[in-house]
Amino acid sequence: MSDAAAPSASATFWSELARHRLAVVSLAVVGLLSLACAAAPLLAPYEFDAIDLTSIRAAPSWEHLMGTDDLGRDLFTRVLYGGRVSILIGVLSALLGTGIGAAVGAAAGFYGRVVDNVLMRITDVAYAIPTLPLLIVLASYTEATATSMALVIGFLSWMTTARVVRGEVLSIKEMAYVEAARSLGASNLRIIGRHVLPNAMGPIVVGATLAVGNAIIVESSLSFLGLGVQPPTPTWGNMLMDAQATMATKPWLTVFPGMAILLTVLAVNFIGDGLQDALDPGARSSR
Amino acid sequence: MTVYVTRRLLQMIPLVLGITLVLFAVIQAAPGGPEGALLESGRFIDPEVIEAYRARLGVDQPVHVQYVRWISAAARGDLGVSFSTTRPVSEMILERLPATLELMGASFLLAAILAFALGSLSAVRQYSWFDHAGTGLSFLGIAMPVFWFGLILQLVFGVWLGWLPVAGTGTVGAGGLGDHLLHLVMPALVLSFRYVAGWSRYLRSSLLGALRADYIRTARAKGLSERMVVGVHGLRNALIPVVSIMALNLAGLFGGAVITETIFAWPGIGRMFIQAMYARDYPLLMGILLLGSVMVVLFNLLADIVYGVLDPRIRYE
Repeated sequence: MSDAAAPSASATFWSELARHRLAVVSLAVVGLLSLACAAAPLLAPYEFDAIDLTSIRAAPSWEHLMGTDDLGRDLFTRVLYGGRVSILIGVLSALLGTGIGAAVGAAAGFYGRVVDNVLMRITDVAYAIPTLPLLIVLASYTEATATSMALVIGFLSWMTTARVVRGEVLSIKEMAYVEAARSLGASNLRIIGRHVLPNAMGPIVVGATLAVGNAIIVESSLSFLGLGVQPPTPTWGNMLMDAQATMATKPWLTVFPGMAILLTVLAVNFIGDGLQDALDPGARSSR
Repeated sequence: MTVYVTRRLLQMIPLVLGITLVLFAVIQAAPGGPEGALLESGRFIDPEVIEAYRARLGVDQPVHVQYVRWISAAARGDLGVSFSTTRPVSEMILERLPATLELMGASFLLAAILAFALGSLSAVRQYSWFDHAGTGLSFLGIAMPVFWFGLILQLVFGVWLGWLPVAGTGTVGAGGLGDHLLHLVMPALVLSFRYVAGWSRYLRSSLLGALRADYIRTARAKGLSERMVVGVHGLRNALIPVVSIMALNLAGLFGGAVITETIFAWPGIGRMFIQAMYARDYPLLMGILLLGSVMVVLFNLLADIVYGVLDPRIRYE
């Protein structure tokens, strides 16, 4: 059997992903957006907290592409800087939530019995409490920073991953290669880390991608209520915080930060959709 | 069936107890305690007054004593006294509950109608422009923050076009059912959008699956009209998984109502929750969170029961 005859797993993955045109475009969009936000100090035409009282709430123009806010700060600059915080919180909390979910799900599925029962009942409890209201209460306890936001959101977004991973692990642990590893004397932790989790990676990666979009929305909702990272540091959510009051006369203050959220989350979700198809080509027939 | 429901109701008890433990811990972790809000007012308050206040609320007791007291009172429907109004929490919640249920009910209905129409048309005309538009819409619905969608609707339909009232439940002085329903349109649309997106896609793929089944070929072979084939044989079977997802999502509507009510000044529990958060009114926050959690648990049970009723192949032993 030569290598040329059967394409490798990763080659199949990339060609499947490339077939999902929206996902490819989205990958480019997210890449460019993240780069632009990361390079905000270089790209932004102004300082993010540069107050210009001579042009307060100016409409979009060549000088201020997205207009200015109620302190005369350039909105385009703030959208770029805001993206750093919003995207960072989205990625960090998705990593944290997925990590916890994968660990809980793998332990429950692999060890079964008491461990499974205890972990899944805890998951049931966490699942039953409405997440957003609980987040609102927790976020109101402290002055939020990007890190604290990522921690709080991450710690409350592991339940779906845990359930999905548990289901995967239940079937994976019956595989012959797990039996083989065990008969070679591998420890449980090694089996989980080397054999079980890598084979459950598909749903974990897809879940993590969708979690990024979700976390960005949650962050913006909390910030909208005044519970997020505090001004003058801009985030897409806290830029919208005061927008409702001036919405009728200064719509750009509402439209642009919201479009940034929408575009990013939309693109991230398209990537998740593409990953799902690429990692599980059989499931695509129903789409 | 009765046996099954009874057993499930009994299983709910430890789950709800677990929920109350977590909620109690969350509230205990609140910085400053109940007197925090008093101290922050900036006035000088005699330490003895604070002590008396704490004793009156029972928060000077050890944690486990407080929990047992709270849970046994809660079991009798007594959720304590609000810090900000000194009225019973259960009374305040009951007062606001109808508005929230009305909003949730209207959104649920709206989402169901729109999702059925969108989902079945998309499936029947798979890969048509209508189907692609539906897919696009559903991605939008999931990627759009609820509050921002609300703001944009207010801007377009309330401010620019002036077709719909921006907020509230009725025009002062106007009154009437028609006026009230007009006020309901935007909040219900905002709250339902996400579910229209999810359910229509779900119904679409479920219906596509059902239409490939053997009984559909039989129905067509019998010479039934396409309307009968899709409407009766296809949809009925496709609806089973969708309806149980809908029951599960009822609970999610509660979380969304918090944001929606705040934006549209809808006088329900969600808006009261945000006000309680700003006022650090922990008994009220706890009461609302508990109500929300119990709703989730009950809706999950409802989802399982609905599933069994619709699909006679499912047996509850």
